[in-house]
Amino acid sequence: MLVGRKDSERKAIVQISAVAIGIVSLLVLIFGYDKGTLIFSVNPEPVSQIMFFIELVLAGYILYLGIRHRKLLTVFLILFQACLLLYFELGFSRNLHIGNNLFLDQFSLIMALIAGIIGSLICVYAVGYMETYHDHHKEIRDRRSLFFGILFIFISAMFGLVFSNNLLWVFFFWEITTICSFLLIGYSQSEEATNNSFLALSMNLLGGVAFMAALIYLAIVDPTGQLLGLNYLLSSGKAVALVPAVLICFAGITKAALMPFSSWLVGAMVAPTPVSALLHSSTMVKAGVYIIIRFAPVLSGTTEGLIIALVGGTTFALASFIAISQNNAKKVLAYSTIANLGLIVACAGVGTYNLMWVAILLLIFHAIAKSLMFLCVGTVEHRIGSRNIEDMGGLIVRMPKIAIMMFIGMAGMFLAPFGMVISKWAAIEAFIMAPVGLIFIAILAFGGSATVFFWSKWMGKIISVMRDQPVIEDTIKKEKWAVLYILTGLVVIVCLIFPLISSILIEPFVLNIYGQTTRLSQANLSIMLMMLCLLMIMPLSLLFYRKGTKYAPPYMAGRPVEGHMRFAGSMGVSRELELSNYYMTSLFGEERLFMVGTSLCWALLLFAGILLVGVIL
Amino acid sequence: MIPEYLMPFIKAFLYILLAPVVGGLIAGIDRRVTARMQGRVGPPLLQPFYDLAKLFEKENLVVTASQNFFVLSYLVFMAVAGALFFSGGDMLLVIFAFTLSHIFLVLGAYASYSPYSHVGAERELLQIISYEPMIILTAVGMYMVTRSFFVSTIVTSNIPIILYLPGVFIGYLIVLTIKLRKSPFDLSTSHHAHQELVKGVTTDFGGPNLGKIEIAHWYEYVFLLGVVWLFFAWNPLIAIVAIIIAYFIEILIDNTFARVKWQLMLRSAWIIAGTLGLVNLGVLYYLRMVVP
Repeated sequence: MLVGRKDSERKAIVQISAVAIGIVSLLVLIFGYDKGTLIFSVNPEPVSQIMFFIELVLAGYILYLGIRHRKLLTVFLILFQACLLLYFELGFSRNLHIGNNLFLDQFSLIMALIAGIIGSLICVYAVGYMETYHDHHKEIRDRRSLFFGILFIFISAMFGLVFSNNLLWVFFFWEITTICSFLLIGYSQSEEATNNSFLALSMNLLGGVAFMAALIYLAIVDPTGQLLGLNYLLSSGKAVALVPAVLICFAGITKAALMPFSSWLVGAMVAPTPVSALLHSSTMVKAGVYIIIRFAPVLSGTTEGLIIALVGGTTFALASFIAISQNNAKKVLAYSTIANLGLIVACAGVGTYNLMWVAILLLIFHAIAKSLMFLCVGTVEHRIGSRNIEDMGGLIVRMPKIAIMMFIGMAGMFLAPFGMVISKWAAIEAFIMAPVGLIFIAILAFGGSATVFFWSKWMGKIISVMRDQPVIEDTIKKEKWAVLYILTGLVVIVCLIFPLISSILIEPFVLNIYGQTTRLSQANLSIMLMMLCLLMIMPLSLLFYRKGTKYAPPYMAGRPVEGHMRFAGSMGVSRELELSNYYMTSLFGEERLFMVGTSLCWALLLFAGILLVGVIL
Repeated sequence: MIPEYLMPFIKAFLYILLAPVVGGLIAGIDRRVTARMQGRVGPPLLQPFYDLAKLFEKENLVVTASQNFFVLSYLVFMAVAGALFFSGGDMLLVIFAFTLSHIFLVLGAYASYSPYSHVGAERELLQIISYEPMIILTAVGMYMVTRSFFVSTIVTSNIPIILYLPGVFIGYLIVLTIKLRKSPFDLSTSHHAHQELVKGVTTDFGGPNLGKIEIAHWYEYVFLLGVVWLFFAWNPLIAIVAIIIAYFIEILIDNTFARVKWQLMLRSAWIIAGTLGLVNLGVLYYLRMVVP
């Protein structure tokens, strides 16, 4: 990737690698889905040495950048983390013997599919996008070789992360994703981008410190290093696993951008859109929730788990509310991501078997719909030159295909027979049986209705028909279309086949851990399918109405309407009319709710910390 | 004898066939009672049906063709939601289908891109988010009492649900005011046309489309009152009396209150759901879960 200098070369390389990654993920699925948990032992010594070396080099690089940009917090955190790493490496590593470094089970398969298929689709899209991006922003230095190189490292790190059984390896890939996202967010090298990238870096480094602390704790508890194997740790019981689980979940919370760390993901929208799509859907934040879901069995039924779930729940409700008050499309998407991650963490924190099932389902549906939404918004932004939702009025006329894709993507996020609602529904049913689940049901009821509000008003904006507007989507490149079509197809298809996904991947995984599993009842499934089919047939009614319909201008208080959105004012003046959505900033303003969320979640985390200290002592 | 497995389908079919008739009659009675309260004689009982027939005789005039699609979807999914409910389906699924159908109405209003329907659409959305939490809590409450989300089980449980869920019931009655488009919560559109937002969400619909919206409203009436039935399902006689009283109270409120602003609607609906609903559920939860 780093060598492809010419555009055409790069395009070919990206497409070929993307297809290869996609095929490999599918092959792994085909060969691995019925095998249960497979554990591989690889001779760890040289690999671990190389990893340690890379980590030190990266730490040095970040230290250099931190000093150059005078980011004291980052410098402090990276030094602290490097010290911990050295301490660990020199103090313990000689005695550690971790037999099994890699493993493969249904959950890591799901994650690999998400990273492999969606991630590589985003990369293909990015080729076309970055070309236009640099045409529009002449002032930004063209570092595309680096850009695509990092994208693929990022995706590979995700693969490494989900297949690693050795926690040291998980940590290595964890740090790689942190640094990749840091470099990608700061791609444009503008002041805002640099600041936001350092914000993301600092928050994730804080999580990394917690992760490192967990590793050191484990090494102290068990000097032989058995416990550093994820499978061994998870089956070793709550007494041993709880402390590292909470520390690692803290790292997961920073990575998944839950409150109080949500600001880094919101700030990350300065990056080129494919980066946002990647961060939000298939990599970065998904790594955070992945590790929390992994530890869900340890968390279930503990106070610490409940607190983590409450952090998730609070984030879900408040981020949904904040999304109502935003008119920047990418910001709305960012808050919606944060909200959904919050919900996933809430499920994993409570951690009963049916909630684990819901959490994985949410993760899948969210990844697909969100990547589609981001790529659509990116395309629209390049065409209309704005990411403000208010400027997207009449998109159905100007960019009909994109508008319909966005429509489907949004429907996937909040409308009935589609994925997120299936998960929300299952979540209500699961929370009702969980201890103190009522709090979460209330959170779901209120937060969920906020979701309905901000998505529908956006939907309403793009489908409102403005006359006399030119179609401006014909210049979009073929490969971009291909990616968008595939993702749109996936949103619908995954809804149709999710019972299958559930029965071959999610249910065996949950069954394996808890000894029992769950699913939607057959009757409800068939009704959902019927609704989905009905929904797909309904647009055909438009054909029926083609004839015999008469058009009239909209009602303008009885004044004559002159062309689009103009009416005859008094004294013969033609007046223009503009419509804007409700944002209700007095109720759902970002600043206020963000303050509330940050303080609440910090308080919860501190409480968890105190409990943890109690456990250790 | 009809086999057991066909019963849900027959019930759904009966609902789709009869609900508009019942709903239309309710609308007719509503108008008579309202008129009496205002010292008028009021229209004949069957006036809503005459109105509907007239609407369907008119030509189909739209601002944009997609309005047809949205209105049809609104009607279809409203019927589906109700049919699911009356055939004994899952309450949560019913609620989601119900929300879906309303979203279609809202989108239809947005599609025309005109000022009055735009404001109407925004307000309709506000109404949706005002009542949705309470409706979900209602379903959850029913589950906590009967251990099932299925309407068929709830109806046959023989438990006087109302005694367990008085707070939820009051909360439901309040959001019912929003749902029936009664003052003080008739923000998005109202049965009375002379006002600042003209006909709100339905401003740019005419003729057969308006007729379909009307039919969908009738379906909705029957469904909403069906939920009231659930609270009293152990005794049909009491249930019918309760429905009559509940509806009468709604008409009374409609005629005695002026419309409020959206802030007050949203706050009051959420505060009521958060206090009456949640406290009720919390007590129930405590009794069921903590006290064995």
